[in-house]
Amino acid sequence: MSAVIDHGHAGHDHHGPAKGLMRWVLTTNHKDIGTMYLWFSFAMFLLGGSMAMVIRAELFQPGLQIVQPEFFNQMTTMHGLIMVFGAVMPAFVGLANWMIPLMIGAPDMALPRMNNFSFWLLPAAFTLLVSTLFMEGGGPNFGWTFYAPLSTTYAPESVTFFIFAIHLMGISSIMGAINVIATILNLRAPGMTLMKMPLFAWTWLITAFLLIAVMPVLAGCVTMMLMDVHFGTSFFNAAGGGDPVLFQHVFWFFGHPEVYIMILPAFGAISSIIPAFSRKPLFGYTSMVYATASIAFLSFIVWAHHMFTVGIPITGELFFMYATMLIAVPTGVKVFNWVTTMWRGSLTFEAPMLFAVAFVILFTIGGFSGLMLAIAPADFQYHDTYFVVAHFHYVLVPGAIFGIFASAYYWLPKWTGHMYDETLARLHFWMSFIGMNLAFFPMHFLGLAGMPRRIPDYNLQFADFNMVSSIGAFTFGVTQLLFLFIVIKCIRGGKPAPAKPWDGADGLEWTVPSPAPYHTFSTPPEVK
Amino acid sequence: MGILLWLAFTTPTRAEWTVNMAPGATDVSHAVFDLHMTIFWICAVIGVLVFGVMFWSMLVHRRSTGQEAAHFHESTTVEILWTAVPFIILVLMAIPATKTLIDIYDPSESELDVQITGYQWKWHYKYLGQDVEFFSNLATPREQIDNRAPKGEHYLLEVDEPLVVPVGTKVRFLITAADVIHSWWVPSLAVKKDAIPGFVNEAWTRIDKPGIYRGQCTELCGKDHGFMPVVVEAKSKEDFTAWLAERKQAAAAERELTSKEWSMEELMARGEKAYNTTCAACHQPDGTGLPPMFPALKGSPIATGPVQGHIDIVVNGKPGTAMAAFGKQLSEVDLAAIITYERNAFGNKVGDMVTPKDILAFKQAQE
Amino acid sequence: MSELPLRRLVGRLLAVVVVMFCFGVFVLPPFYDAMCQAFGINGKTAGAYQGEQRPDESRLVRVQFLATNAAGMVWEFRPVADELLVRPGEPRDMLFVAHNPSDRPMTAQAIPSVAPAKAAAYFHKTECFCFTQQVLQPGERIEMPVRFIVDRDLPKDVKHLTLAYTLFDITARKPPVAQATP
Repeated sequence: MSAVIDHGHAGHDHHGPAKGLMRWVLTTNHKDIGTMYLWFSFAMFLLGGSMAMVIRAELFQPGLQIVQPEFFNQMTTMHGLIMVFGAVMPAFVGLANWMIPLMIGAPDMALPRMNNFSFWLLPAAFTLLVSTLFMEGGGPNFGWTFYAPLSTTYAPESVTFFIFAIHLMGISSIMGAINVIATILNLRAPGMTLMKMPLFAWTWLITAFLLIAVMPVLAGCVTMMLMDVHFGTSFFNAAGGGDPVLFQHVFWFFGHPEVYIMILPAFGAISSIIPAFSRKPLFGYTSMVYATASIAFLSFIVWAHHMFTVGIPITGELFFMYATMLIAVPTGVKVFNWVTTMWRGSLTFEAPMLFAVAFVILFTIGGFSGLMLAIAPADFQYHDTYFVVAHFHYVLVPGAIFGIFASAYYWLPKWTGHMYDETLARLHFWMSFIGMNLAFFPMHFLGLAGMPRRIPDYNLQFADFNMVSSIGAFTFGVTQLLFLFIVIKCIRGGKPAPAKPWDGADGLEWTVPSPAPYHTFSTPPEVK
Repeated sequence: MGILLWLAFTTPTRAEWTVNMAPGATDVSHAVFDLHMTIFWICAVIGVLVFGVMFWSMLVHRRSTGQEAAHFHESTTVEILWTAVPFIILVLMAIPATKTLIDIYDPSESELDVQITGYQWKWHYKYLGQDVEFFSNLATPREQIDNRAPKGEHYLLEVDEPLVVPVGTKVRFLITAADVIHSWWVPSLAVKKDAIPGFVNEAWTRIDKPGIYRGQCTELCGKDHGFMPVVVEAKSKEDFTAWLAERKQAAAAERELTSKEWSMEELMARGEKAYNTTCAACHQPDGTGLPPMFPALKGSPIATGPVQGHIDIVVNGKPGTAMAAFGKQLSEVDLAAIITYERNAFGNKVGDMVTPKDILAFKQAQE
Repeated sequence: MSELPLRRLVGRLLAVVVVMFCFGVFVLPPFYDAMCQAFGINGKTAGAYQGEQRPDESRLVRVQFLATNAAGMVWEFRPVADELLVRPGEPRDMLFVAHNPSDRPMTAQAIPSVAPAKAAAYFHKTECFCFTQQVLQPGERIEMPVRFIVDRDLPKDVKHLTLAYTLFDITARKPPVAQATP
């Protein structure tokens, strides 16, 4: 993509940000809102992470030491909910807010006031969710998948607040997705055809369509729960002619696309970062777009692979097994494309590239365990064990989270106008890399040896690997405070960043100065 | 760090560094194990190839070695090839997977049927047509869980009454649940099936050699999800027949115990044991409960009030709460012992005694 | 993609959201029920028997009866016999005994399920106590009938099936209680 840019940001009608708190409360600026999303998601990442620390501390040794089982269940539930809905999803929305207008040459998001509203719903939703921990009977304790009837007939009183919080998060995500679609479809600079967009914009466009397709299904799912809990219906209650298994079908119809919602934007960011540090164009741009679209399509027809042990007829098992295995094809295409992009490049390993390379390797390992889990008869042994926990942490931590770190380091100079501390950033990478592998690799062994997930205590045969895993988790957890330090340091000062700090980088975002001015592309750039 | 090291060296004994699935004890579990290994090795080989290329690139194609970047960015041939080859590999994987799945769904006739019902937080086994049924509770003492006693080898994987099955026999399991969803899993048998309230799932096994096979509940089912193990004891056909006959006799003997004259001490002793097995998970060993879900018994109006009310809540449960009806789950002897214990332990000093006959009379009065 | 005016684009996207919500609440559950009926998922039994009501003299199928109480249900609930040998195509009857030992009137709902799932679609109940709620006065005991036909098309490899009922206490449930479908 080649671009000639008119630096039209010095628009006459525009002025800089308002002063004080009201700047943030009332802002409709995509950069401000992006910043708020990113800070919010990092706060949630630390909160959800500290819950993970509680879990790992309890599992450090066999026996009950620190928390009782009922609180342990609240921790696993909240850790999952906060990481999925509070950390990963808002981080990607934050990146989209900041970067998509800059990448496609748009002056702002298409619906700036809705943008403000969709952000401010999140703090409300999570205050509500976290407050349930302090309610009588405790917070949600039924796992982030909240299977009925544990989450309906047998739920603590706070389930109503949990449902309401999920609704708020859903509305926020849907509005965010509509905004992204409208921005990408309507506000591209002249000449910026869809097939010229950076892959981050492409993967986000597809993610946004997934969001508006499945978040309403989740909303429907929790609405049916609410009806069952308070209004005497029996969607999920066998006693009234309903069926608890229906809950799982509806939930996973949302849930499987949801896991791609958490990974596709990272695919997009990685597809910008690897070429930048390989100094070579992305290999197979077109096939990347088609692969993303096929992954999104397949995600709608594989949901029952989360339910192989629920008692599905053999034809159903076979269908969902084959469909799930098929996902390996487009995912493989993406990995091969990244590897080929690196092949015969001129590689350097700054922090974004380190995270991106680790992303490709570790995500692929998570993909392999995913393929193993797709094999229905073998899944009967893996299902709901630590093997599954290892699998999804391998796709989410080095996948989504490393993707977000890579993006953050890649674009921090653009956001702050300063270079981050490369030495500390590399330390952050290596500590995260070691901590993460130490935490999650042994979980494969634990699962294969027979340790179920979501248990607060275990047999002695699982003791050693659990201890290793806990040590890894603590390392990973502490390391993230270093990230906070690096970011603050970078905001407060550091070597001034040029408009394009990475010599191999490509894209419209590098044509504006660093830090990016409050208003950019008020006059659309010309893309040839 | 010092604390970490200290903890590392004081870890309880018998920990293992098991890194793989066990092949198990049945034809199906062997087939699943072989499938698992096949897929694993295919993934490993692909991984070595892909990561090999990647590491080669990372070592050789560095700017620091003076490498100039090439400019190629597409190749239709290569892209078609690496779409088609994985597809073929997947088809090769699907063949053994499908075959194993068809074997697992084998509908042929079974010789023994056992109904398995999941409860919060224990399993109930019923030998269909045999008039033998019992609950299987966690047998690990509370002291071990609370680190007040050294943990045994089968910590959290031991039960008071294992499911006993004969070897070389096709045993069919009809799996259901009474409250929330549970999942019955024994890794060595490669049987994992969800227990769903209101619906029956089917699974089967044929165990080759006698032995004890242990597993756990694998679907989050509430507070004590981690404390409801599954233990299957496979006996030879003769031993199994003898065991079944013994169980039937024991049931008769239990009925006889009901008519025995019990002393306060005997009831308190039996009551303490039965209480810790059945009630302590919610009401806690010291009777303080976990309010508000599970109220305290210590000084409670029911445990220190009229005896009829106390018998009623234990036998019939309390609708709309977590208190189950134990009338059918426990024998008259255990019910009497538990109620006596609850009225005279944790500082409760009602002083009265409830005998199995009282319970029988209460149940008959309900008829 | 042709460019729509912003307002229309957002309108369309919102329409997708509404449609997907309705899909989750109004389409998926009935669709799932239909799939259950067709494939016997969760052992849900088939509708009315359409086939020939003539016994298939060539084979006998063992039908086993199970009665389970859901948590909190105090009734005594059992079949009068453990199993029956039936010929496909022939209507048969079975009785279940229910007794309310408590001192209060109680309402119960029985939920049927047939195993193996593969056979459930070939199991037809023509009359069943599970079609309605059962109200028993304190101490009352009743016998509840079920009449069923095993389909003549039952796959030949199924020689043994199980009809299981789970009895739920629905006394405390709020009124609009959906009826179990036949």
